[in-house]
Amino acid sequence: MKNRSLISINDFSLDEQLRILDLAAEFEKNPIQKILEDYVVATLFFEPSTRTRLSFESAASRLGAKVIGFSSAASTSVSKGETLKDTILTVSSYADIIVMRHPREGSARWAAEVSPVPVINAGDGANQHPTQTLLDMYSIKKTQGTLDNLNIAFIGDLKYGRTVHSLTMALTQFNTTFHLVSPVELKLPSYVKRHIKEKQLTYYQYTDLMEAIPHADIIYMTRIQRERFSDPIEYEKVKNAYNLDNSMLTNAKENMRILHPLPRVNEIAEDVDSNPKAYYFEQALNGVFVRQALLATILGAR
Amino acid sequence: MENTDQRKELKVSAIENGTVIDHIPAKSVFRVMRILGLDRLDDQVLVGTNLDSKKFGKKGIIKVSNTFFKDEEINKIALAAPSATLIVIKNFQVALKKQVEIPNHVEKIVKCFNPNCITNHENVPTKFEVLENEDGIKLSCHYCEKTTSKEDIVFL
Repeated sequence: MKNRSLISINDFSLDEQLRILDLAAEFEKNPIQKILEDYVVATLFFEPSTRTRLSFESAASRLGAKVIGFSSAASTSVSKGETLKDTILTVSSYADIIVMRHPREGSARWAAEVSPVPVINAGDGANQHPTQTLLDMYSIKKTQGTLDNLNIAFIGDLKYGRTVHSLTMALTQFNTTFHLVSPVELKLPSYVKRHIKEKQLTYYQYTDLMEAIPHADIIYMTRIQRERFSDPIEYEKVKNAYNLDNSMLTNAKENMRILHPLPRVNEIAEDVDSNPKAYYFEQALNGVFVRQALLATILGAR
Repeated sequence: MENTDQRKELKVSAIENGTVIDHIPAKSVFRVMRILGLDRLDDQVLVGTNLDSKKFGKKGIIKVSNTFFKDEEINKIALAAPSATLIVIKNFQVALKKQVEIPNHVEKIVKCFNPNCITNHENVPTKFEVLENEDGIKLSCHYCEKTTSKEDIVFL
């Protein structure tokens, strides 16, 4: 994986994905390892994403690397009309690896093709966000002890949720049973479901969240956004149906854990936070270990 | 006096050596020329369009002297002219005749249908994988990973 870009989760084989997860576990035990002291990591955030950027910068800092970059396009030469290609070619002479978030789909693949240094995609529009998928896989493996043969429930906006699509595709490698809970308007699109069907895995679709809870080893919550609905009345009807609170968890399995890519608004009530089943803040921390593993592997230090 | 021989005469005259592309939908003749770069060729190019065709109503035909195309070159026109026939002429004789085939990859010819794709905002040559299933063909963008279906194809 040395010097390879990571744009889409499929760029790494199953074996390579699992090696990243194993290495992330090592960094979790021993997070401060100054193995990248001679390296510069550029974080180019053409649109703001505080959480993802800080997670990468924390990962780089723990490995001793220097971090350069910007957190929004407004303060850069992009606002003067510079092309992405020119920005990437310039920055690649300042840095050994580029971490990039960009509002256009396909921008990360294009950047990786023009860049002489490897590129990690930290989100390209509605397309891919592979480091989120790896940290979700890591969180599932850590809480369940395995990725194989689990019952995973996805709740909320399954139509537009990028994290749901990528994680669903990744989980088809592990004989997962899927429980898909969403309003009719926001069902998992057929081009994602196709991957489940191709592997002949089982999936169930529900509109009632309560039906899925007793089956799940993992509940993966997502936010339903008002602007996704063509009819505002439809939104009003469903907006509270997918809000999780403590009283709904009485029938949940003992081993069940709740994940959420964050930021959360009101889809998980605050009374869930103190429930041992809540795992979303640990999940965010896991992102740092996974990103440490990626930086160290791609830069050839591990 | 009516000359019956003259009526049978070819609308586009024969070539000694080269390539004939026949059964092009009339509206696609100039697009096919652009895709194959015939507008930049030094050899003789004969073009007929809106010719009567029993099968197609109106068709186009292109005859290019002394030029032979590789399969991957000629197959680029399959999206614009799926019905086209390729005829290789050697010494005024038909040496080879075949249908164009839809290629596995399409580059630089078609626009990505996704308005938020990077290829629609910066000078990025488009690149697609061609997917074929029971619903017909679809183009999967190498960059944004979204698919463009046949009826949404726009040529560049």
